[in-house]
Amino acid sequence: MTGGGALLAVSDLAVSFSVRRSLRQVLAGQRSLVRAVDGISFGVGRQEILGLIGESGCGKTTTGRLVMKLLRPSAGSISFDGMDITRASGMEAARYRRRAQMIFQDPYASMNPRFRVRDVLAEPLSIHRVGAGRRERAGLIEKALAEVKLEPVEEYLDRFPHMLSGGQRQRVATARALILSPELLIADEPVSMIDLSTRAEILAMMKEVQRARGLSILYITHDISTARFFADRLAVMYLGRIVETGSPEDIVERPAHPYTRALISAVPEPEPGRVKTIRALPISGEVPSAARIPPGCRFHPRCPSATEHCRRDPEPVLEDVGPGHAAACRRWKEI
Amino acid sequence: MTVENLSLHYLTRRGAVRAVDDVSFQLTRGETLGLVGESGCGKTSLATALLAMPSPPGRIVSGRILVEGTDILTLPEPALRSRIRWEKISMVFQGAMNSLTPVYTVGRQMRETLQRHRPASRAEAESLIERYVRLVGLPPEVVHRYPHELSGGMKQRVVIAAALFLEPRIVVMDEPTTALDVIVQAQILNTIKELKTALDLSLIFITHDLATEAEVADRILVMYAGRVVETAANEHVFGGEACHPYTAMLLAATPRLHRRASGLAFIPGTPPDLLDPPKGCRFRARCPFAFARCGEEPPLREVSPGHEVACWRFE
Repeated sequence: MTGGGALLAVSDLAVSFSVRRSLRQVLAGQRSLVRAVDGISFGVGRQEILGLIGESGCGKTTTGRLVMKLLRPSAGSISFDGMDITRASGMEAARYRRRAQMIFQDPYASMNPRFRVRDVLAEPLSIHRVGAGRRERAGLIEKALAEVKLEPVEEYLDRFPHMLSGGQRQRVATARALILSPELLIADEPVSMIDLSTRAEILAMMKEVQRARGLSILYITHDISTARFFADRLAVMYLGRIVETGSPEDIVERPAHPYTRALISAVPEPEPGRVKTIRALPISGEVPSAARIPPGCRFHPRCPSATEHCRRDPEPVLEDVGPGHAAACRRWKEI
Repeated sequence: MTVENLSLHYLTRRGAVRAVDDVSFQLTRGETLGLVGESGCGKTSLATALLAMPSPPGRIVSGRILVEGTDILTLPEPALRSRIRWEKISMVFQGAMNSLTPVYTVGRQMRETLQRHRPASRAEAESLIERYVRLVGLPPEVVHRYPHELSGGMKQRVVIAAALFLEPRIVVMDEPTTALDVIVQAQILNTIKELKTALDLSLIFITHDLATEAEVADRILVMYAGRVVETAANEHVFGGEACHPYTAMLLAATPRLHRRASGLAFIPGTPPDLLDPPKGCRFRARCPFAFARCGEEPPLREVSPGHEVACWRFE
């Protein structure tokens, strides 16, 4: 992973949730654990955008919540600028929560419908006691709106969320995250609810802000096409583990892990002449439940190249398959 | 199916929202017609109109929908219910997979739907359901499962099976794969193609995603602000012959995984308010090619066989 220069360094992070058991399981003393995140390590460098990609249920959102300290991990550590934030509390935790901000997927649900845009943006300022007095805060609010290109700002300050389009709302959410001048932004599917025609516009705006401020972003998404364009580096998750990391170019053009290959081959491309063909997919079935993770390599039941070793031997770990490109598959050379 | 001059307005206190405005098209037998456009352009409204069931306060204010020679808009509600909906035309609603009842098994829900339309014994109904469950690629045991025990992809298959078992000729699918992950989406698109051939269906496939449409639609119908702006064969649209600036811009905004672009394109601005649509071409305000003539409304005209465009540049 990224070395000492990383702003965020996650190592062996895991979290599991216990689920309701049947009477028989209780009597037999069986526990049922959902291992949502199952030992992952990664870093996000300063001024870097790391794209964490995977299907629903792979643990990417849980990872984001762990990094945000919204959940307590069962194992592993998260360090931010050299400080272990998994153990931070009180003042330290409050300081961290100011330096790391989150943008949520649903811009409809993450904003109080009774707040005007100016109140939405004032809230983090008052929580973190930023800005002395009304006038200074108003200045900060206007600056943040201008930064996300909601201009002229006077036109937006007094609007309620329902008077904004999805794209405009996500701009307000971005302004709310930026107003405290964070160093790390965690963006969980920030554009997946926005129309394709405006998605790129929002991402371009976010990237511009990121470059201008030197921000680090953990970009969580299921959409490889936007991640490729937006992120500097990608990490692919499957069932609670990172199975491949590398540059967007490596991941998309030279995927090493069979899961990444399947994911990429499933993306529809707007090219003619595919109507009559049934697409051959190098993968079958659906993602198993995180309560019943298969033994050996957890991808083996769906893998077209799995052998006896993949079923029996200990789980493969990330190994280098090229410069800055790693995959967790013991057969990557052969397949 | 032939649709002529169909208009659906939502009658609100502030006036009529012209969600579908004078739309005409044909769906030929065995064809998949892809309906695309941004959200709010009238795709879903058009879909509900095709089943003669606009959601309130929507009203079909004009037009004809001919199905096997009958204008279904002239039929009384009971006839629509007993002879048209689900019997001739069925629909997979957007997000339908989340509207399954959580308290009944999948099999029971399907059986109740079936028995409302057909006097079938329980055993007959169950065997028919089993046939369709297998057809959509599910194991027969799913009928004993509750919706929460199924994945999103499986629920979507259940909903598709339920739209098919009364043997409709035409199926309208509104964003059937939008909420699904890419691998599941690709699997379901394969299933839809197989079903279409096996059951000799004609499909209207609605989505905002042109990349998905490229995979399934024989012909594409592009809607903007309640109107049809272009219809063309799949090869024309995706082979670089898309004419209308809106279609071209939608296409440019569709991400391509393997093409390294310096950035993604987008369409600036937002669609117009349909309470008071602008005079002339509705895309004018966002169109980089707009000129004086665009102050008049351009009609949909044929530029080559099977390819129609509503734009003054192609006169």
